[in-house]
Amino acid sequence: AHDVKTVGRLGGGDRDGKMSEIKKKIRSILPGGDWNPLYDTSYLPPESSDVVIVGGGVLGLSVAYWLKKLEKPRGAIRVLVVERDHTYSRASTVLSVGGIRQQFSVPENVQLSLFSIDFLRNINEYLAVADDPPLDIQFNPSGYLLLASEKGAAIMENNVKVQRQEGAKVCLMSPEQLRNKFPWINTEGVALASYGMEHEGWFDPWCLLQGLRRKVQSMGVLFCRGEVTRFVSSSNLMKTASGEEVNLKRIHEVHVKIDQSLEYQPVECAIVINAAGAWSGQVAELAGIGKGPPGTLQGTKLPVELRKRYVYLWHCPQGPGLETPFVIDPSGTYFRREGLGHNYLGGCSPTEEEEPDPGNLEVDHDFFQDRVWPPLAQRVPAFETLKVRSAWAGYYDYNTFDQNGVVGPHPLVINMYFATGFSGHGLQQAPAVGRAVAEMVLEGHFQTINLSSFLFSRFYSGEKVQEHNII
Amino acid sequence: MAAPKASLHLVAPVWNGGTRGISGLSRVVAPEGNQKKGRSLLQFLADRFYDVEALRDHLLRKRVSKVHQKNRFQGREWIRPNQRGHFSLDFLKLQAVPVEAVDASGCAINYQGLDSLLALKELQSLWLQRCPHVDDWCLSRLHPLASSLQELSLAGCPRVSERGLACLHHLWNLRRLDISDLPAVSSPGLTRILVEEMLPSCEVLGADWAQDLKLGPEEQPRDTAGPTPA
Repeated sequence: AHDVKTVGRLGGGDRDGKMSEIKKKIRSILPGGDWNPLYDTSYLPPESSDVVIVGGGVLGLSVAYWLKKLEKPRGAIRVLVVERDHTYSRASTVLSVGGIRQQFSVPENVQLSLFSIDFLRNINEYLAVADDPPLDIQFNPSGYLLLASEKGAAIMENNVKVQRQEGAKVCLMSPEQLRNKFPWINTEGVALASYGMEHEGWFDPWCLLQGLRRKVQSMGVLFCRGEVTRFVSSSNLMKTASGEEVNLKRIHEVHVKIDQSLEYQPVECAIVINAAGAWSGQVAELAGIGKGPPGTLQGTKLPVELRKRYVYLWHCPQGPGLETPFVIDPSGTYFRREGLGHNYLGGCSPTEEEEPDPGNLEVDHDFFQDRVWPPLAQRVPAFETLKVRSAWAGYYDYNTFDQNGVVGPHPLVINMYFATGFSGHGLQQAPAVGRAVAEMVLEGHFQTINLSSFLFSRFYSGEKVQEHNII
Repeated sequence: MAAPKASLHLVAPVWNGGTRGISGLSRVVAPEGNQKKGRSLLQFLADRFYDVEALRDHLLRKRVSKVHQKNRFQGREWIRPNQRGHFSLDFLKLQAVPVEAVDASGCAINYQGLDSLLALKELQSLWLQRCPHVDDWCLSRLHPLASSLQELSLAGCPRVSERGLACLHHLWNLRRLDISDLPAVSSPGLTRILVEEMLPSCEVLGADWAQDLKLGPEEQPRDTAGPTPA
């Protein structure tokens, strides 16, 4: 505000200037203006949003993308993505090895992967942003090679039949054909192998994440750096058709706590999407899922928990060459080529007893010596002389029920939708799952790929959707 | 039976070094049984009358040209567009003839367009030089041609990188591969070595493997190019 005396001294009669100052101030105080008498609140998330997505990894961003893409009319839905770590230092997406395959035994999984690879091939049509350079996800179309022992050969043949029916390009190889094509493999103990000829390989997950983030921001999705600490919901006691009483809950508010502060913002919302990856179980508990007598639907928790997995990068100058596919041994050990310098990435899933403590992301190098190296060296004799260059650890959003994803609404907390629990194959199915969840939210049913077998209710009814792998 | 010498000139240059002139042919259309008598009558008349000889030569020429027409593409014949860039519609009559070589250089063929090429089960030679939309995804589609493809040229394709070249491993019959001048390949010399190792029976034309090597501090820079390629 001008000092009246100063104005007077400068030339007197600046009354018009003073009036416009006062008018401007009055306008900013009225609702809609940006004057806050206490402090600047522009860093807080909005006070209301139609959809709140908990988790800003590849699944959360994929759901946001498809919601904005399939909404009618354009711009109708306000979406807020809440991600507590903007560096993604512990997110499963960026710590992933980046493989994509169609070699699953559940037909829905094959369909999800097929759409996702199509999405990745046309990524610059889907995620184009005006004036930004095109994305290069560095896809290596080298395929997956799954090896099966005598015990698993029949299952593998069956799986390949299912995959081919869905449209995957997979071929079966005998040990002799395997030796001809890949002379560096020791086929002892291998009865059958299945090799993906097309649409399989590995790519850069960080690039996909950044591409999605950039596109989704250009479509008007808001991002908030914070953590969801509370859900405020209301309950309705209702009767089902059979006369049974059910307590249906509806989430009204999401409390988002700002990073490194005690401050929180209650965000009014209509729909909440749980895409928190390895931490989805904790977010579900906040919403009251699983709080009830065990054995009932109210008492069924979301069985997704953190599981730590190690990935090792090693160098082997005599190792397999440019044609190396993503090889998965019957023992569960896997490896793939990384770059042109005879470097390889690989690891192994530990058994239930050996599960490491998921409290931190420290790497256990003894695990490589004891559990990863011996089967590797047995399968590829050249790997007897290798040198580990580096290693890292990441989390699986591990579904302890059947290691496949959870998609769709919760039967009791009716406006919480899940997009999580993919236990290590979330990245390769993210584009398709995002579309399925968006269809569920906007239309009320799945339209393109039918994921009804992946709903939450299977945890209560006990119907497992198990992958029959060829271990 | 001695054949009239005039007819020999007709058959020898046309026939692809297969049979030995007219005697071979008449053995091929050898008369059986009572046809023999008819044949020797024709021969008898042809020896006596020039008209009959001319008639017989004409019938023979017609038969030869019909066989020749069927085997027109035994060698290699390119079907080219005319000056206006159109292909003649005679092409449609040749649907039973297997296509052995396709020259799609500079053509804007893309991932979906390869559907047409992959249906050619006897394709031996495929030239995709300087195609602007051929990328790693397209290369991963080429595996159905593995049993016949012997020559592939990808020179100058701006989107092909070493990741796509890794899936050429499926083409086990490949004898000639041209991967020169690929701007998207990060280390051309190293890539060429790795591709040569991956396809041992294939001749790889590509970047000079020494291109990526840097001269040591002791070596003097020379005027001529680096070490001779392998």
